[in-house]
Amino acid sequence: MRAELPQPLTGATWVTPEWLVASVSGDVMSPDTLARWQFASTTIYHFIIVPVSIGLALLVATMQTLAYRKRGSDGGAVWDRVARFWGKLMLISFAIGVVTGIVQEFQFGMNWSAYSRFVGDIFGAPLAMEGLIAFFLESTFLGLWIFGRDLLSARAHLACIWLAAIGSAISAYFILAANSWMQHPVGYRIDPATGLPQMTNIWRVLFQSTQLVTFSHTLFAAMLTGGAMLLSVSVWHLRKEGAQVDVAHRQVAKMALGVVVIAALGVSFVGHVQGQVMTKQQPMKMAAAEALWNTKSEAGFSLFAYADVSKGHNKIDLSIPDGLSILATDHPGGTVQGINQVQAAERAAYGPGDYVPNVGLAYWCFRLMIGFGVLAGLIGAVLIVQWRRGRLLSSDRLLRVAAWTVVLPLLANTAGWLFTETARQPWLVYGLLKTSAGVSSNVSNTMVAFSLFGFVALYGILGVIAARLFIRTARQGIDRSIDIDPGDATSGDGGLGVSDGVLSLAP
Amino acid sequence: MTSVLPGFWFGVIAVLWAGFFLLEGFDFGVGVLLPWVGGDETGRKVALRAIGPVWDGNEVWLLVAGGATFAAFPSWYASMFAGLYIPLALILAGLIVRGISIEYRSKVATASGRAWCDRGMFIGSLLPALLFGVAFADLIRGLDMNAEHQVTGGFFALVSPFGVLGGLVSLGFFSFHGAVFLTLRTEGPVRERAHRAARLLAVPVVVAAAGFLVWSFELRGGAVSVAMSALMAVALIISVLLDRRGREGWSFASSAVVAVAFPVFVFASLWPDVIPARNHGPWSLTVHNASSSHYTLVVMTVVALIFTPIVVVYQAWAYWVFRARVSEGSVNPMARLPRPAVSAGEAYQVTSPPDLAAIAKDVPVPGERGD
Repeated sequence: MRAELPQPLTGATWVTPEWLVASVSGDVMSPDTLARWQFASTTIYHFIIVPVSIGLALLVATMQTLAYRKRGSDGGAVWDRVARFWGKLMLISFAIGVVTGIVQEFQFGMNWSAYSRFVGDIFGAPLAMEGLIAFFLESTFLGLWIFGRDLLSARAHLACIWLAAIGSAISAYFILAANSWMQHPVGYRIDPATGLPQMTNIWRVLFQSTQLVTFSHTLFAAMLTGGAMLLSVSVWHLRKEGAQVDVAHRQVAKMALGVVVIAALGVSFVGHVQGQVMTKQQPMKMAAAEALWNTKSEAGFSLFAYADVSKGHNKIDLSIPDGLSILATDHPGGTVQGINQVQAAERAAYGPGDYVPNVGLAYWCFRLMIGFGVLAGLIGAVLIVQWRRGRLLSSDRLLRVAAWTVVLPLLANTAGWLFTETARQPWLVYGLLKTSAGVSSNVSNTMVAFSLFGFVALYGILGVIAARLFIRTARQGIDRSIDIDPGDATSGDGGLGVSDGVLSLAP
Repeated sequence: MTSVLPGFWFGVIAVLWAGFFLLEGFDFGVGVLLPWVGGDETGRKVALRAIGPVWDGNEVWLLVAGGATFAAFPSWYASMFAGLYIPLALILAGLIVRGISIEYRSKVATASGRAWCDRGMFIGSLLPALLFGVAFADLIRGLDMNAEHQVTGGFFALVSPFGVLGGLVSLGFFSFHGAVFLTLRTEGPVRERAHRAARLLAVPVVVAAAGFLVWSFELRGGAVSVAMSALMAVALIISVLLDRRGREGWSFASSAVVAVAFPVFVFASLWPDVIPARNHGPWSLTVHNASSSHYTLVVMTVVALIFTPIVVVYQAWAYWVFRARVSEGSVNPMARLPRPAVSAGEAYQVTSPPDLAAIAKDVPVPGERGD
């Protein structure tokens, strides 16, 4: 029942300070090293923002629906103020998601042109559909929603925010379908003439089991992130303003608690199903997630392991008996394949080579993803109990902790994304193409370094600006005014502007 | 394979670029001209407000062109974006800075923050407006490739006199297109300054474009590209003349013809190649050796035939909703439009007496409607 952390497998599989120095000085720089860093940096950054945007878009649409149903009454006016405030925050996040998404559309061709050539026949289709079906919907109706408040009827304006929110969710569907195909390629054959995969069944590509569980998992995660964001900001105001707090923040907090708990349950349940699909389709990934070196029945779910790497065994290991077997197979006695056995099987199937991903990274990312997600749900549950007991406002410590809730799903999302991508290695497309073979061979390290450092610097600056703007706007809180003046044209600003007589009321 | 689908998809991608040049072209122009045409703070707001509701939807034409190239011509996508690596990275950086600048301009609190957004808008519009022209000129000229269709020339192979001229033409034309757009879509000083900008830009743009078109025939081109370039030249001159006569709508329509004809001209010049190999003709990437399988093209054709008309309809509707000219002053830019009986903004106002307790701490807002 001991899960052993591995020795570093090769120089390049562990990210240590020494390794970083070696990379920069060129000692271990293979052609794909920088390209991987580039893709990881831009994509992880994009995926910090996107769940916030998707979650908030759906929640703002819900808020506006509540306002619409009660329009003309005080209750409706409160929800309208809520929807406008959260719409403002959603737009700050959306802007970053949109501009970093542009890079995603092109960087496959830039850094991974061999990959693009190899998989384009299949992978390109969901990407093109994403643009045509989702991006147009999202951007056009978001523009209509922001600037159309005085030009559209309430019903049409409500439809706009729903179409934008649904567009963002559809966009997630297509890009995850493309990613799922990399995890578990289906619906293709190898063209005997070219040796390249060719699509034979678009329905399988778009609706395979991997994709269905991945999308559900991600959508629940986005709702958890959005709900936690509502919770953090509302609780911050509850704590700061106490009994004087705007009733609107209180309503949002209540809504957020429901969303957080339900989404946490949803993401856990779907995650469990996804784990089983993954165990079948990518046994190495589950083995790496558990640092399970040898095939075991009644395998325990390791909670914490600390390895003495030089001696190759764990000093500390805590595990839940039979936990992993239940997770992976639904039976306490179920057999879970170990890394060594999968390595042998893949070597037999695909030829000599190292098929083991970075086990340490996979092991910890898997734990952090689950741990942070569960913790966010628990905080939600505790807050509900305290609220019912009427003790929420009296417990300053609890509120102080709860105001940080949003950090948990953000970290869980990043850990989950890192896990699913790094534990697929060395494969870029599982069983078909290795990562090292996917890189652009005609793009020099200098060029990749140029764009890597350029984008990291640019994204860093944008991140600081966006975070400051978001926090400032969040702290200002919900406008108490129930009315806006549509007659002032000078407030009509060029941006997807909030001070447009649409969202902002500041005199 | 003798299928017509690769050729059809070559046309679809040309249409997507045409949509991008037509729509995002004037967004770039507005961004490049912003410091001059916008003038003071109010003028800048008016100019940006003219593109505010639509710019993001316009940019999606580029993303879909990229995605469609990936799906229909994977080798073209791979060779083009790896081959034009540095220009593309700069274009992407420009688009990022530009998008954030326009979206955050109204949200930042300080004048210096807005000034930074204006700088971002300018440079973020200038870079793509220039570099798309360079990239397309490079494609017409051809790139050095190896037998695997990988572009072998480095960055400096992309910087040729013809490429630079192409970049200046696209930058100049987008600026002109943006100026004409602002004459049509704004009122007051911005409109006047936009007229002045269009007049100043007219002669250099016509001369540079004529030079570029003639030069490109020396390189390659057939009957269609000659026809397209003639169309562009005539439409550009008509647009200039109509602008001088104050016929803003028709001037913009002519300018739109140029914007659409430009990518069509580039694609017609390339056909049947998608990237001509400058060093060795047979290594060229063509519509046929770069295309996806028949099945993929059929799937994408069905998707495109269903969704493109829907997209065009709702995007056109968005332009219809925001059709009123944007003006400074105290009059609401949308005031002259027929409004819905009850707009969304009005529908959420409380019709019963407001709950005073809930708004007790409210600071009175100037111009608040009490009823």
